[in-house]
Amino acid sequence: MLSTAYNSRRAQLTLAATLMIIEIDNALAHGFAGERFFPATILTDDPFVADEMSLPEVSLNPPGPDGSQQTGILIDLSKRITPDTDFTISNEWRRLRAPGFTSVGGLGPLQTGGQYQLFVDGPHQALGLLGLNVTWGHTGRATVGAPDFTTLSPTFDFGKGFGDLPRSLPFLRPFAITGNLGFDFPTQATTAGVPNPNNFNYGFAFEYSFPYIQCCVKDIGLRPPFSQLIPLVEVAFTTPISRAPANQTTGTIQPGIIWAGPYFQIGAEAIIPANRLTGHGYGGVIQLHFYLDDIFPRSIGKPISEWW
Amino acid sequence: MDRLIMTFVVGVVALGTALPLQAHAFLDHASPPVGSSVPASPPIVALWFTQDLEPAFSSVTVTNEAGQRVDLGNARIPQDSPAELRIGLKPLPPGSYLVSWHVVSVDTHPTEGTFTFEVGRG
Repeated sequence: MLSTAYNSRRAQLTLAATLMIIEIDNALAHGFAGERFFPATILTDDPFVADEMSLPEVSLNPPGPDGSQQTGILIDLSKRITPDTDFTISNEWRRLRAPGFTSVGGLGPLQTGGQYQLFVDGPHQALGLLGLNVTWGHTGRATVGAPDFTTLSPTFDFGKGFGDLPRSLPFLRPFAITGNLGFDFPTQATTAGVPNPNNFNYGFAFEYSFPYIQCCVKDIGLRPPFSQLIPLVEVAFTTPISRAPANQTTGTIQPGIIWAGPYFQIGAEAIIPANRLTGHGYGGVIQLHFYLDDIFPRSIGKPISEWW
Repeated sequence: MDRLIMTFVVGVVALGTALPLQAHAFLDHASPPVGSSVPASPPIVALWFTQDLEPAFSSVTVTNEAGQRVDLGNARIPQDSPAELRIGLKPLPPGSYLVSWHVVSVDTHPTEGTFTFEVGRG
């Protein structure tokens, strides 16, 4: 009798432990690769599936070549479907001011995406992700730049932390880089006689992680909130590869800083045009970004496949 | 539109701050400190995290430069300090030691990390 009860108890414990292990393995969301934490970057896409939400991201772009200037308030949501897949949805309310014209406001195009976590290599702090983003035509106001055609944008996103460098290089180990390589394929060749080019998009974020210094390199006495800071520089460029003249590359360089807390992060970056074709002067962007998997770990923060 | 967005933001922030939240457990500090040199062999390694830990799935090991375990294998979370993980050490000769930890916070989020400390070289 005692043996039966013991075996039953042991079976229950084993089952409970197994279920918990399954849940723990599947709970590895967020931007983790081994001991490296990657924050959600502002300009470039993140190389990991996540349950996260930017709410809001407020930007003031530098004046364009024609002197027009755009402000925007963006909302972005990422939600895991399974532990390795997620979907994204975002939209931006824009106000456009142009010299000699009345300012106009309205929603930009609806953007959605599907992503698959290609790999997570913990020991080498490396991440890879495939995605297909869609910018939907006829979903925003044309006067603020919303297109009348849909654009398909396949991407490959990656991340690499340098914590696997030799420990004799302590102050290089907090470095990390994330990046995006992708294309835009408009589903319509021209709009009112103006060509819609195919584009090559590429962007990178260069990060120096104070949290990584404190946890894994050397305790240099930083304490919150300073131990949670991640200075970074992001760059992103778009180069037309068809239906457009050569040398039409545009892009921005965005130095800034992210504070990453337990449940949300706050980021701020300056926006500097990379060339005259992009614009002139300066702009800025701030972002409040929530980690839904930490705020709601047992409900909507889990992958949808684990809700039942 | 601006008012609607602001109302939504304030609502989400209020909800987030009102809930009894848990999150990933990050290493807050350690003894011996991360990357430090200590003059003599410490009796234990203690790690303090930013969240309470799940004892069944949290562990720490300490190894020497040859990769051999030098801890006593008695990792535990003190009852009165649920965000702390500690383990006893054998007497350590001068050298460099690697601390490897893997913890799960009480809401099942896993995190891990490694760091070194030195004995007798400071």
